[in-house]
Amino acid sequence: MLIKRRSPIKSSDITPESVYVNRRRFLQGLAGTTALALTEGASAIPAYSLDRDQPQYPGPDWLQRALRESTRNEAFSTDEKPAPYGNIITHNNFYEFGLGKQDPSLKAQDFKTDPWTVEIAGEVDKPGVYNLEDLLRPHALEERIYRLRCVEAWSMVIPWMGFSLGDLLKRFEPTSRARYVEFTTLKDPEQMPGQRSFFSTLDWPYVEGLRMDEAMHPLTLLAVGLYGNALPPQNGAPFRLVVPWKYGFKSIKSVVKIRLVEEMPGTTWNRTASGEYGFYANVNPAVDHPRWSQATERRLPSSLFSPNIIDTLPFNGYADEVAGLYSGMDLKQWF
Amino acid sequence: MVLSGIRGSNLKPLALWWLVFLLPLLPLAWLFDQAWSLNLGADPAQAIVKFTGLWTLRLLWITLAVTPLRRIFHWGWLQRYRRMLGLYTLFYAVVHLLAFATFILGWRLDLLLRELSERPYIVVGSLALLLLIPLGVTSTRAMQRRLGARWVKLHRLVYVIALLAMVHFIWQIRSSFEDQLFYGVILAGLLGYRLWVRRRPKPRQSR
Repeated sequence: MLIKRRSPIKSSDITPESVYVNRRRFLQGLAGTTALALTEGASAIPAYSLDRDQPQYPGPDWLQRALRESTRNEAFSTDEKPAPYGNIITHNNFYEFGLGKQDPSLKAQDFKTDPWTVEIAGEVDKPGVYNLEDLLRPHALEERIYRLRCVEAWSMVIPWMGFSLGDLLKRFEPTSRARYVEFTTLKDPEQMPGQRSFFSTLDWPYVEGLRMDEAMHPLTLLAVGLYGNALPPQNGAPFRLVVPWKYGFKSIKSVVKIRLVEEMPGTTWNRTASGEYGFYANVNPAVDHPRWSQATERRLPSSLFSPNIIDTLPFNGYADEVAGLYSGMDLKQWF
Repeated sequence: MVLSGIRGSNLKPLALWWLVFLLPLLPLAWLFDQAWSLNLGADPAQAIVKFTGLWTLRLLWITLAVTPLRRIFHWGWLQRYRRMLGLYTLFYAVVHLLAFATFILGWRLDLLLRELSERPYIVVGSLALLLLIPLGVTSTRAMQRRLGARWVKLHRLVYVIALLAMVHFIWQIRSSFEDQLFYGVILAGLLGYRLWVRRRPKPRQSR
């Protein structure tokens, strides 16, 4: 099944037909050209062979050029083997579309992710509501292969396409009072069946937050793509956060609002069960969830009869880069 | 009534016995088929453990429904299948535990001990399974005769087991309590019926 997304074409988007070639063929042709200036630590991303029977998500026309011209940030990428595309797009915790891991892939296919607007608000000199297209225009996309560690003790390796959140925030000129960043997911019960559930203990919309220095850290990614394609709706299209050293629930999906604030924002899981889900939620094998251990994780995909159980690393293996952000803090208290 | 229709017809008890014997195997057959055709998603281990756990709970609830259904609808024929349903509950519970130990823990002893000491719902679930074993062992007609009145007392443990199973289930709630509420209300009905029967005056004729 090929799921195509159509979007109204603006005159600015009209591009020579030759550019609208299959991404894979384009990249193969790239080998002999100098179309991309390769910066240090970056390289052309390889053409992926996604399983033929998987739906693919080309995304809106206006995103194609940025996806095509993206490079891999080798310095920020793990060399572990990424999970198969089919696994990444069918194993999602996106409670707005149901509680089962496969629910989002089944129920989010009609989710309208283009056009999309994002509000930048709070302690910035240039607040406003922006089309995602305009918001993204100045940013070159890069591919980063990150580990994602879910608080439920499974993990996956995922090749995201995106750029550092800090680069975006700087453009809107945070004021000196900006100490935290609050992110909000779309609230649209019409489209999101999970938000209509009477039995959910979560308050909608979903809200997450970062401290300013966490938000400005170059590892903190705003993702718009996956495996060389656009982000599928079940993975948080069109625009999501990826914070690789924190549990997955911090990496909020389908963001419509970014607000810079002075006080630590209340976050969804923390409000629901503050003893179980902290604001920081840094991956930490030494601090267990009250109901289960965080010392190990199951790396997916995993064989049934010899499960791929690996030790969980502090800060999900990104300690060299980010541990300094928390020096002097008691991580048992600020879990 | 479909079921009284069955009773009314000349369907042999043997055929009914085979039906009750084979029906509870259907979920397991379905699970094998799904696992074999790689239809269980990116985390089949979790899917299998969840599925077998849910069916353990369902079979236990079905077993507990035998007595109320028999009394309310006068379905005397149902009684003879209670043992089989109870044994299927034990069977699914064992499969559930084996699936957890094999597919999730890979039989790593250190993890097994850690899970038993750190995950409260696993302690409660294991206790429920442990208590099921003596009920399974004493389920034969011979044991029933041998134990006499003590058999009835012993098998009242099933109420404790059901409550432990419910706690095991509730303790895993992350954000939605829909399923837990559904099964909890049914269990409340099943146990409530027994309390109600005990408290009301004895009927003149025993059923």
